[in-house]
Amino acid sequence: MTPGNRWTLLLIGAAAVFMVIAIVLVFGVAPDAANLTTETERYAQRIFYFHVPNWWVGFLAFLIAAASGVMYLTSEREVWDVVGLSCVEIGLTFTTIGLITGSIWAKPTWNTWWTWDPRLTTAAVGWLMYVGYLMLRDAIEHPQRRARFAAVFSIIAFLSVPVNFMAIRWWRTIHPVVIGSGSLDAQGGFALGPNIQLVFFFCLFAFTVLFAALLALRVRTEWLARRVEQVRQQVLSRG
Amino acid sequence: MPYLRKVLAIVAKDIAAELRTREMLSSMFVFSLLVILIFNFAFDLRADNQAALAPGVLWVAITFAGMLGLSRSFILEKDRGSIEGLLLAPVDRSAIYLGKLLGNVLFIAVVEMIILPIFIILFNLPADALPVLVGVTLLGTLGFAGVGTLFSAMVVHTRAREVLLPVLLFPVVVPVMLSSVKLTAAILDRVPLSEVQNWLSLLVAFDVIFMTLSFMLFDYVLEE
Repeated sequence: MTPGNRWTLLLIGAAAVFMVIAIVLVFGVAPDAANLTTETERYAQRIFYFHVPNWWVGFLAFLIAAASGVMYLTSEREVWDVVGLSCVEIGLTFTTIGLITGSIWAKPTWNTWWTWDPRLTTAAVGWLMYVGYLMLRDAIEHPQRRARFAAVFSIIAFLSVPVNFMAIRWWRTIHPVVIGSGSLDAQGGFALGPNIQLVFFFCLFAFTVLFAALLALRVRTEWLARRVEQVRQQVLSRG
Repeated sequence: MPYLRKVLAIVAKDIAAELRTREMLSSMFVFSLLVILIFNFAFDLRADNQAALAPGVLWVAITFAGMLGLSRSFILEKDRGSIEGLLLAPVDRSAIYLGKLLGNVLFIAVVEMIILPIFIILFNLPADALPVLVGVTLLGTLGFAGVGTLFSAMVVHTRAREVLLPVLLFPVVVPVMLSSVKLTAAILDRVPLSEVQNWLSLLVAFDVIFMTLSFMLFDYVLEE
């Protein structure tokens, strides 16, 4: 067993344990949000413990993808391309879940699955942008060129992420802001009591560990897949 | 040769090439006119909803037409084999970016200056809004063409080429488009610009960020 492998295993184990604790905390320990009136709203509110960490992981993944882009362009080392690709794939997965959990929460709270609110629109556009990243990669044959263009794109694409984050703070929106103060038009917001805060920050932490575990695994598989492909090419060219 | 002269030489080359055929300008113009007309029956524009839809229609027309121009920008260079000549020229890569960007902005701006009066007439909008509208349109075009020029140089090396450009460019330039549409709406509604200050700042900020980053990253998409 290689040392890298042992770390990955440890991360996966930690992520599994933390996620189980997170689920127990969310459904067993976290109190109901005080100001929500209907029972459906109070149940729906608990999705917040997964919805926000999902987007947090998405943002974090896209940030690391952009940083890997810078690292790749300056160092030309293939490993940064692998990290960038893995981050975008994981980020897309988490933001997809973020869009879905948001919709599930919006139905009982806003009485609609989707609304053309700036926050929701910028989130959907950001998601599409990273789908574009994968399409760009698919359309380029030459490996170094693919890595270089993907790096350039991931740096530019990450510019939209702060806009997305600031969207609920700058513009009138119905999306609640739980941390800091939100817009007067926000609907379905709630205050973070001390217990809610504890559970919430634990969930953020658990999801971050899960992200690290997935990233380690994905980087490893992608790296090995490329090595296998290299060896295969060598064997074919010899035979 | 000083830096600025090199940039202008590339712009002059693009203008000369365009004036020979005029195919890009004419297709961009006709296309943007078409977009405005198609919106007319797609949205069933009437006197009562015209003012609300006009800014969106204008910006869809501008960005779609701009997309046509941007996608041709480097495809022509590649297909005619002139990109090698451009790369062999003793100029800094960033001068190529600035030259191509200026050329693109110029072509899109020419189309805009023809389409804006027509747009104002067709939508029965106040004519005195034109000067401010021109300013906002140019600001929007700078941000749009800033990334567009970079992406245009990138997609010529891909299999999908011009099909891929809108897929990559539209989501990225959403902040620019969003603020341009908001500003256009404010101008047409006669809201003073001081009330939409934050949209103007957002637009200018993204113009600067997009152009600076594209300027810095252009070197990496033009290798070999």
